[in-house]
Amino acid sequence: MPTALDVRGLKKTYTTGGTSLEAIEQLDFSIGKGELVCIVGPSGAGKTTLLRCISGLLDATAGVVELDGTAVTEPPAGMAVVFQEYGRSLFPWLTVRQNVELPLKEKKVPRARRTELVDEALDAVGLSDSAASHPWQLSGGMQQRVAIARAIAYEPSVLLMDEPFAAVDAQTRADLEDLVRELWKRLGVTVLFVTHDIDEAVYLGERVLVLSNRPTVILEDVAIDLPDERDQLTTRSAPRFAELRAHVYELIQKAKKGERPA
Amino acid sequence: MRLLTTLAYALALPIVLVVVWWFASAGSESVFWPPLSKIVGVFGETWNADRWTGDVLPSLARLAVGYLVALVLGVLLGVLIGLHRPVRAFCEPTLEFFRAVPPPVLVPVIALFLGYTGDTSKVVTIAVGCVWPILLNTVEGVRGLDEVMLDTARCYRLSAWTRLRQVVLRGASPQIAAGARQALSIGVILMVISELFGANRGLGASIVQFQRSFAIPQMWTGIILLGILGFLLSVLFRLVEHYALAWYRGLRQADRGA
Ligand SMILES: Nc1ncnc2c1ncn2[C@@H]1O[C@H](COP(=O)(O)OP(=O)(O)OP(=O)(O)O)[C@@H](O)[C@H]1O
Ligand SMILES: [Mg+2]
Repeated sequence: MPTALDVRGLKKTYTTGGTSLEAIEQLDFSIGKGELVCIVGPSGAGKTTLLRCISGLLDATAGVVELDGTAVTEPPAGMAVVFQEYGRSLFPWLTVRQNVELPLKEKKVPRARRTELVDEALDAVGLSDSAASHPWQLSGGMQQRVAIARAIAYEPSVLLMDEPFAAVDAQTRADLEDLVRELWKRLGVTVLFVTHDIDEAVYLGERVLVLSNRPTVILEDVAIDLPDERDQLTTRSAPRFAELRAHVYELIQKAKKGERPA
Repeated sequence: MRLLTTLAYALALPIVLVVVWWFASAGSESVFWPPLSKIVGVFGETWNADRWTGDVLPSLARLAVGYLVALVLGVLLGVLIGLHRPVRAFCEPTLEFFRAVPPPVLVPVIALFLGYTGDTSKVVTIAVGCVWPILLNTVEGVRGLDEVMLDTARCYRLSAWTRLRQVVLRGASPQIAAGARQALSIGVILMVISELFGANRGLGASIVQFQRSFAIPQMWTGIILLGILGFLLSVLFRLVEHYALAWYRGLRQADRGA
């Protein structure tokens, strides 16, 4: 499998005013083309920081991020990000449809194809009826789905998602998880998915990267050897799922206690 | 029905005031306070076609040009300054100083450089007076743009031009509008003041001439006309704002509801 994303020797120290805060001590990992990798870690572990470095929004203190062999210095083409602060990432002066459409216009996608992509994306997240609304007329969960729709309509080759389902209810969440798996399979997109939810990480991922406490290193890179066909009922009740879940759970507990890899 | 009620509410006080003025001044013998009936009587003949084309419209045209120049300059510079932190730190104290200078003080300064008979100096006075609130509010609006929103624009690789139009200007538009509204009232004041010096024609100049020639009822018609024009301009402004910033009202309402 060719490498899509390569993170080597990544360090990030924030310096604001006179104080400096070491968020990421050292991260090395790579993600193959078309892989779906989940990242879990305690709150404040630097997950968002990592995604911002990968997406070229934030300069790392040291180390490199390479996408398809080229170092990332600014947001690369073909990458879509769903931000943790989904509400603030939508443009309140545009309607839902315009929000989803704006990046496509910028990519010079012809109008007919644009309409098609937007309709498909809104339909996929169940927001076809709200296309003409403004984001502030929607609930938090709906806003988050708009942000997701915008990302998938963009047809990215790499999709970064930062706790994208935090604000949606359990049922919608399950539907959206299946949607991500389905899109991932259909489009062959590389997905990096940050979540707090251990079950979600195990259910979605082919790999789960468990991060330590800040300053962050990788505690363990857990391979998820569940069958490719996943289903909310059967997968989640499989014995192997329970084992993996328990394993990741223990790792997170250790991470919270400040344990670091030997 | 709602509209009628609102209208009735808005008009009640002006009507009462006019009625009070009408009756209170009815028997007035004072030269300085002629009866309102007399003022209304001379309104039509005072503001005849010649006065409209020779005084009122040129004044309004100068106001329009000066105001638009201020709007374009203020927004342009405001965006530049607002988007660049070092430029901002460098410029802001100076800008605050200029904002604090009362605009009428500009008149003698501008007169010094441009003379004070032509249109240019008057337009410049209006523009220079109007530009500060627009500029400073634009800076404020651009600075207040949401970080995550700007990151989103970068991530989806919106071009600088799209970012400017679709994100920066739209996002700062509530503050820009606030500055533009302040500037409009300053503009009307400066339109009048700029005509008090060395001008013989214009709405403001006419009022002063009436006063100097003791044409007191005519002077009052000028003041009333000025009031009406100022009012209409602000109504026009609100109308534009109402449509352009509908999203902002909705957003604020939603925020309050939450
Ligand atoms: N701009 C910043 N300046 C200084 N410190 C920052 C900045 N952004 C984040 N940090 C700090 O870096 C650390 C990691 O933050 P980050 O947001 O990446 O964590 P996270 O893993 O995404 O947390 P959560 O799960 O709560 O979203 C935190 O201690 C945070 O306070
Ligand atoms: Mg985060």
